[in-house]
Order: sequence, then structure tokens, then C-alpha cells
Amino acid sequence: MLARRVLVFGLLLGLLLLGLILGVGYGAVQVGALEVVRSILGLQENPIVTELRLPRVLAAMLVGAALGISGAAFQGLFRNPLADPYLMGAASGAALGVTLAVSLAGGLTGAFAQNAVFEFLPASATLAGFAGAVGAVLLVLLLSGGASRTGDLILAGVVVGSVLVSLSSYLMLQSADRVRAVLAFTLGNLAFVGWGGVLSLAVYLALALPVLLLLGRTLNALSLGEETARSLGLPLNALKLAIIGAVTLLTAAAVAQAGIIGFVGLVAPHILRRLLGGDYRWLLPASALGGAVMLVLADLAARVVIAPSELPIGIVTTLLGGPFFLYLLWRKRNVGG
Amino acid sequence: MLGVETSKPSAVSHQLSAEGVSFSYGKKMILENISLALKSGEWLALLGPNGSGKSTLLRLMAGLLVCNDGVVTLGDKWLHRPNGVKLRQSSHPGVSSWQRGQRIAFLPQNGGYPEDLSVEEVVTLGRTPHLGLLGRAGRGDLEAVEWAMEQTQVTEFRHRLLPTLSGGERQRVMLARALAGQPQFLLLDEPTNHLDLHHQAEFVCLLAGLRSQGIGVLTVLHDPNLALRADAVAFMHGGRIVAQGQPGQVLKRELLARVYGEMVDVKTVDGQPFVVLGLGGQRD
Repeated sequence: MLARRVLVFGLLLGLLLLGLILGVGYGAVQVGALEVVRSILGLQENPIVTELRLPRVLAAMLVGAALGISGAAFQGLFRNPLADPYLMGAASGAALGVTLAVSLAGGLTGAFAQNAVFEFLPASATLAGFAGAVGAVLLVLLLSGGASRTGDLILAGVVVGSVLVSLSSYLMLQSADRVRAVLAFTLGNLAFVGWGGVLSLAVYLALALPVLLLLGRTLNALSLGEETARSLGLPLNALKLAIIGAVTLLTAAAVAQAGIIGFVGLVAPHILRRLLGGDYRWLLPASALGGAVMLVLADLAARVVIAPSELPIGIVTTLLGGPFFLYLLWRKRNVGG
Repeated sequence: MLGVETSKPSAVSHQLSAEGVSFSYGKKMILENISLALKSGEWLALLGPNGSGKSTLLRLMAGLLVCNDGVVTLGDKWLHRPNGVKLRQSSHPGVSSWQRGQRIAFLPQNGGYPEDLSVEEVVTLGRTPHLGLLGRAGRGDLEAVEWAMEQTQVTEFRHRLLPTLSGGERQRVMLARALAGQPQFLLLDEPTNHLDLHHQAEFVCLLAGLRSQGIGVLTVLHDPNLALRADAVAFMHGGRIVAQGQPGQVLKRELLARVYGEMVDVKTVDGQPFVVLGLGGQRD
């Protein structure tokens, strides 16, 4: 098992490095692998690498890592293989935040509204997305009376999610000229993440990632059921709040920078669970790495498929992730059953 | 919260007891003024019809529910502080959740099981109260896991995943998980449910054997005949203990008929009482 774990982690790190070189190298101006490495190390000056592509690829890694580990943590917390990082309303909250920012702050919409893909997301929209995501999760916690009843959390998450989605749909209809901008955001896009976004993502990851990595044993114990986990002495309510808090920070930061990117948080932990088993002390870091790999490669695909134009990355992850997920389920039924 | 101070098991015998305990959900009274004591090396069975409060009492004794009235104590400490008593005013110190986990193991009826953990990984989770959130399993922990797997005879499939086991094997793994914490008290909610007759008998022998290890066992049971193997029986009805004592003395026809109806009878076979369903009179 240890050999297998080392192999999987080695493979993930290798793929991540490959993704970095390909992701930074590919584009309207192709940059060779050697030049990519030299530019990143600062041995050579190439503004295309350092100003445009590197922040984008790094953002893909950080967002992917945030979604991957969040998905794994929520699947463990809710003891549900279908749980994803958006289960508690973070995505719909962020969408509503951005919609509000875009439709209320008329001033920032000029160029913003006309291009589906824009250079950088205005800071106010990022902030509104983050606040929306955190606000939605807090609302869910409030409605379900804390974190003690997990079933209530899921129900409240679904209800709050639906209500927030219909609110933002209404707002979008009211300002039809800005629908495109909001839609571009909700479909997910890494094109508008600059160094500022990378820095902000890195800060949130540095805060929340260690918390989740320390909760591996808690999630393992939770796989025996909440009552048993409690009987093992774990202060479960506090630990559940810590998990929800860390996942919310990560998801809010990811959504605020890159929009709603589906399936990474669902599929990455699933694949790695097949390879590594259900021990969260390994599954959590592996899901972070796996999410990063998936998103870097998906972003590359988003840029390659209809080049020189590009697809929203949320569409790519869903188009690739959906069928792959079905394949996993089908294989499980036919091999495992 | 991260480090766990290990409570040393002392040579004196321990006691887990409820005194004058009442519990209600809202206005519905579930338990009323119950007193019960479980000593180390003793197997006590809770019997009674559905809804008589057996499982609730078990959870109170496990420290998973807090009673509205009365106290539950573990040795000379509160398991949980009774309502209305402030911690500082109380003459007894309380037990931390980690200490409770080290000393009392609990096995729920339908706890569910992880689908992608191996037998050994699941049993090792039973060491959680001793390891805390971050501690690494040391030699003592690994020895306890081996011991628990041997007691329950699951060592041979230690590397298999739980879904590949039969119901009886899985239940033994769950018992091994509970034993791995080397608890003083083992609380089980209908552990023989879903087991066939052979596995029921096997499981009961296993429980009986644990007494010699000094472990106090408290089980909720449905089948009075299995309870006949216990040291003592507490018979519950309507949230109260209506009879308590040696199984042969408690499980009399009058009591069973009063609670379960006239269809239940007690026969004596080879000097041992057996509870049987008297279906004869109902057939036409």
C-alpha cells in the first residue's frame, strides 16, 4: 500500500509539472519547454510567461487544489459520495454576489459587459463573489441550527441554493445587457486571474489547507457514523464547524476568482479514492494534487479546442468530468457488483 | 484538544452507573427515574419491548445523550454534568470526551460502515481516543489492535475491505473496533441483530468471554434467550425498569405475559429456562 501511495503521489507531481510546462508554453505564441523553465526560474525574461500565462496556470492549480480537497472533505463529512464543494450553497451565493455587483455598480460594466472573456475581473466583483459564498454558507448553518444535524445541512443547502439561483436569474433578466458578463463568470473562467488573484488564492489556501490536512483522522472516524465518531471522544460539533469553515474559505476564494467550475471537486476525490482507498490522511492531500492536475489540464484543453478562441473552463470540466464520472459508476457496477 | 492524556486503568474495579435518571424528548417522557449500575467483569443485558427506552438508556450511559434529571457517573467522576449543576459547584470532577472515549466503547445498531477501508484500518480507528486528532500510532496501539482482532477472530482477513465480508464477519470487525480502545466498559445496541442463529451464538460466547478480561458489558437485546447467558438482566417497560436481577429470576412467565402478551411462555429444558412463543393456542 505504501508503494502504491508513493507511486500515485509521484505520478500526480509529475503530471502537475507537465501541466505547468504545457500550460505556460501553449498559446498564440508558443514557448518551448526549456524557455518556460528558464523564464519561471528567472534566468530569462519573457513577459508572456511571467505576466500572462504563469499566473493563469498557477491560478488553475490553486483553484483545482482548493476544489479537490474541499470535495474530499465534504464527501467525508456528509458521508455521501455525491457531495461536492458547492453543497452548502457557496456557488449560488457567489453567483448572486457577482450578479449584484455587476447589476448595481453600473459604472464598472462598460467593457466588462461587452466581452464574455475579459482581462481581469473587477476587484469589487471578486469581493462580492467571496462575500456571497460565505454569506450563503452562514445562512445554511443558521437555518439548520448549527452543524450537529448533517441531514438538515444538506436540505438547507439545497433550499438556499435554489432560492439564491432564482434571485440571481431575476436580477440577470432585469439587466439583460449584463447577462453575458455574469454568465461568463458563472461558467468559470481562468482568463481573468492576474497575480493579485493568485496571491489571494495562495493566502486562503495557506490558511485553510493545513486545517483540513489535520482533520484526516476525524473524517476517517466519521466514516463509522457520527454517533460512533462521537463515542470515540472526538469533539464533533467543533470539528464539523472547522471542516465547513475551511471548505467555505477555499470554495469562496476559488469561485470568487475563477467562477463556478463543476465536477473537479466531485471527480478528483473519486478517482483517488479508487487508487488510494478511503484513508483521508492520504486522500485529502492527494485530492488537492489531483484537483490541481485536472484543472491545469482542463484549462489547457479549454484553450486548445477552439483556438484561437477559448471555451469557459467550467464547460470543459463538466463535459469531460460528467461522462468520466458515469464511466466510473458503470465500471463499479460491473466490476464491483 | 490535540494531545490526549491517557487515563491509567487502576487495579480497583470500576463502575458505570446511572442514578435517578430521567430523559424526555420535548414533552414525551422516554425514561423515568432509572437507576442502574454496571461493574467491571459483568455482563448486564437490557431487555424489553420496542419503545421501552433501552437504546436511550444505553446512549445516556455511553455519554452520547445528556439526561434531564439525575446523574451518570464513571467511577467517581460525572460522565456528564447533570442539568442545573454548575461545574465549579460540583464536588465531582467531570470526564473529558477523550477520557470517556478511552474508557467506554459504544457500538450502535446500524452505525454503517466505510466501504473503502480495510478491516485493519477500521479496527485501528478504535485507537482514536488514545491518539487524539494527530497522534501517531505507537507500539502499544498496534498491540491493542492485534489483540482486538485476535479476540474477535478477524485477523485472517485484516486486509480485506468491509463490503467483501459477510454480515457476521463485519459485526465481529465492528466489535474489534470497539475493543481496540481497550475500554473498561463496552456498550452494545442489539449486536446480534441481522445475525443468523449460528453467528448469534458465536457472538454471545464472545461477549461472555470478555467478562474474564475485566470488561463490563452492557447490551440491549431483543431475544430473552440470549440474555439468559448474561450475569444480570434489567427488564424495561414504558421508560422504567420493572424487574432487575439474575436472568432466571427476572424472566418469569408472569412478567413476560404482562409485557408481551399471553403468547409468550417460559419452559424449562435440562434445568435451564427457555422463553418460547406459545403459538399453539392461536392456530386453528
